[in-house]
Amino acid sequence: MQCPKCHAPMHTYNRNGVQIEQCSGCRGIFLDYGELEALTRLESQWGGGPAVPPPPAAPQYPAAPGAHAAPAWGAPQGGHYGHQGHQGHHRNKGFGRMLFSS
Amino acid sequence: MTHPLLSQLSTRVKAKAHSATSACPCGATGTATATLADRPDATVVRHAGTVAKAHAPDTTHADLTPRLTTASRLPGILLPPLAPTPADLHGRLVTFWPYGTPVDPENPDAAPWEEAATLLARLHRAPAPTTPLPPMRGPVKAALAVTRLRMTAAHHPATGPVLRAWSTLPAWARAEAPMPDATTLCHGDLHLGQLVRHPAPDGPWLLIDVDDLGVGVPAWDLARPAAWFACGLLTPDEWTRFLTAYRAAGGPAVPADGDPWPALDTPARALTVQTAARSIAKAVAADRALDEVEREMVDACERMGCAPPESEQGFPK
Repeated sequence: MQCPKCHAPMHTYNRNGVQIEQCSGCRGIFLDYGELEALTRLESQWGGGPAVPPPPAAPQYPAAPGAHAAPAWGAPQGGHYGHQGHQGHHRNKGFGRMLFSS
Repeated sequence: MTHPLLSQLSTRVKAKAHSATSACPCGATGTATATLADRPDATVVRHAGTVAKAHAPDTTHADLTPRLTTASRLPGILLPPLAPTPADLHGRLVTFWPYGTPVDPENPDAAPWEEAATLLARLHRAPAPTTPLPPMRGPVKAALAVTRLRMTAAHHPATGPVLRAWSTLPAWARAEAPMPDATTLCHGDLHLGQLVRHPAPDGPWLLIDVDDLGVGVPAWDLARPAAWFACGLLTPDEWTRFLTAYRAAGGPAVPADGDPWPALDTPARALTVQTAARSIAKAVAADRALDEVEREMVDACERMGCAPPESEQGFPK
């Protein structure tokens, strides 16, 4: 299907058994009826345990008005779904160099 | 590779290092003079506790001297220079500084995010300088990076999206109009190479490099970490530590609470464009492909086309 916002193709991801569609352009997410509730339910089952694995998605801006809110143009792993695993991957390579130059 | 400027600068730093004391500060065996940086826009050498910097060839006395003065007037925020005015070395302006210990480039995880943020907040709160200070050079440098991209990499496939993202920015962020703030003191080029501990090795952290210092939009100084966070180079934890410390120190660039992005969006876009532009130009010059992190910056520019810029309206200055 096509993204209703920017018309780029949307890809389907399976997240804990819930199908979500993400736009390959603006990274927006489409949820079918009941899927948000299904995700919320799954998340609450993890309560107190380890964080829920990251979806391949950035939140749509403005998602949360706190410090963790990230702009819509940010990377899918940016924003408050960012996780150490992916970040560590970047740090092995050009990461350090980029943080030290203009 | 030694060129005339580098060898002359090395002679000068050695003389300056030895001028303060009759005993040779570099010890009986003598310390080598180290080259800390040697780029077209700056050559920096160190001898014992003294550092000499040859500034970019187009740097003028009129611009550099008030910036040096500002640094000497804000101890505890900016590293003070050893001399109040630049020296001339064969057409290049040279400044002298005490050596400070930098952030270890091999260990960016140890970066002093809280200290950096606190220093920026104090800089932004410092009273406007009484001597006229030129504008902070952040937007000018972004525009230069884009000009270089156009001139050297016009046909690279990543150039189009970067130029499109640039074209959506307001005129002030592209250095085509004055910045909307002409009184707040800003660093202008914050990154992890701009922090040192002085006295070395474990004194307090201070900001260095006055080349881009000036009055302008203070959010520009927060925007590089913001862009790194948005592009996934900084963890949410590091970004939160930085932002929280800035707010705790009363920094005026973002509202004290709530969403900081309306203030950060424009400069963070501009710095992402600048980084992407520099990355492409460097990759073309070296005849190599973009690496993963560089690609991330270009992808972010591509996504900017789908997301209109945030309005800063309603944000109190």
